[in-house]
Amino acid sequence: METASTTAIQFNDVSFSAEGDQILRSISGDFPEGKITTLVGPSGAGKTTLIKLCNGLISPDSGEILIKGKPIHDYEPTELRRKVGLALQSATMTSGTVMDNLNMPRQLQGEELPEAEAKELLYHVGLQESFLHHRTKDLSGGQRQKVSIARTLVNRPKILLLDEITSSLDRVSQQDIETLIAKINHSYGTTIIWITHNLHQALNVGDFTWVMMAGEVVETGESSLLNAPKTERVQRFVKGEIE
Amino acid sequence: MSYLTLSITLIFVIIPLVLSKTLNLGLERDTIVATVRSIIQLLIVGYLLQYVFAADNFIYIVLMILLMIAAATQNARRKGASIKGITWKLVVTFIFVEVLTQGILLGLQITPATPQYIIPISGMVIGNSMVLGILFLNRFTSEIETHQDETELVLSLGGTPKQAIHNQLIASIKASTIPTIESQKTIGLVQLPGMMSGQIIAGADPVQAVQFQLLILFLLLTTAVVTSIMLGFLSYPTLFNDRMQLLRFEKED
Ligand SMILES: Nc1ncnc2c1ncn2[C@@H]1O[C@H](COP(=O)(O)OP(=O)(O)O)[C@@H](O)[C@H]1O
Ligand SMILES: [Mg+2]
Repeated sequence: METASTTAIQFNDVSFSAEGDQILRSISGDFPEGKITTLVGPSGAGKTTLIKLCNGLISPDSGEILIKGKPIHDYEPTELRRKVGLALQSATMTSGTVMDNLNMPRQLQGEELPEAEAKELLYHVGLQESFLHHRTKDLSGGQRQKVSIARTLVNRPKILLLDEITSSLDRVSQQDIETLIAKINHSYGTTIIWITHNLHQALNVGDFTWVMMAGEVVETGESSLLNAPKTERVQRFVKGEIE
Repeated sequence: MSYLTLSITLIFVIIPLVLSKTLNLGLERDTIVATVRSIIQLLIVGYLLQYVFAADNFIYIVLMILLMIAAATQNARRKGASIKGITWKLVVTFIFVEVLTQGILLGLQITPATPQYIIPISGMVIGNSMVLGILFLNRFTSEIETHQDETELVLSLGGTPKQAIHNQLIASIKASTIPTIESQKTIGLVQLPGMMSGQIIAGADPVQAVQFQLLILFLLLTTAVVTSIMLGFLSYPTLFNDRMQLLRFEKED
């Protein structure tokens, strides 16, 4: 099939529920390879849940997820999670230093991250080298977010899942990160799925956009769809009438 | 000591009862229940031991030990109710600790293979194993619950369940064994250990009593560490499924 080679992740009628609540309903659609797709929608729409499915932290109740044409269940979970990197909004840090956190993905494989490589990663996310030996508990929210992105990049994922990574950043840092993600996408052809509540960002950085509401995908297409939504619900969301 | 003398010792129960009453502490009920229970339980054990010693049959020793393990399991399992199959994990741990310690004691002929030695020492080992089990499970379930984020982080970066739970497991093993180790540092300085005191009162040579007490202390070190580690490694896999996903976990008290 023609699409198999150009689709990074494909959802076929995927549903997910937790504790009796239906959180995702019959999601179908694909994330094109090498492109940036943004996910927007009111909070509680199921965006985070959707990307956790892609990283294999959770599994659907029904339906099928294909990663590069292969059913997600056919991947070894650890291999899948290195290939499909995830940076969550919570930007959880382990205790210790920034270096300890950057080193973690390597350590999990019994290797060590060379300090030079760690410094380069910090440079890319816009943090000075001196942060390497800072304790994570002393970092600001924005700095933690940057370290979290750098940490996910250590595995050199083919697909990168980002969850509201710029929400806690100031304008300048936000632009730094947008530039970085665009660069990663460009240089390595990394497929990016990026959850954002900033619609300008979705328009600026995204090739494609999925609008989600109440566990469903309401509209998908090129990001410019946000300029002229078809459905009334999305129109109201874009105007900021639905939080 | 005669039963008459023993009943005079109830003065030591009446003092707290009177104080509780006059100061409105509300401890009367619990004090009475505790007193009655300790009298009944210990008397039963006393007569049971008398019978077992007289019968001198290996089967009775085994039965006594199984009874202890059953009671210890019953007590500890509530703390681990949120871990699947905790009952059997506790039973296996207690049996292992008991077999290991008695195996060394009897195998190296450190203590004689008589019920007078096997039963009280087993009681101490299993009792301590139970306390350690409770301490460990209490801490471990709290650690899992409060550090779900970290566990998920490690998994999301391609770590295995064992790697994802490593910090919580080590913290819980340490936290539960530290009291045993700490208490041994100050032992004898203020309080003489109960067993040693008992032996001295019963007329044993103090140095002999100390030697025996040391044996027990060392035994309890092994018991503490082995119990925590074993329970930990038996428990953590039940927190994950075969897709290396963290199952929803809620601590039950
Ligand atoms: N493991 C879970 N158990 C129960 N409810 C959950 C779980 N994960 C998510 N939810 C619920 O599912 C809904 C969607 O959550 P989420 O995917 O985080 O939405 P979004 O990221 O779009 O804000 C929310 O109502 C949330 O409370
Ligand atoms: Mg979210």
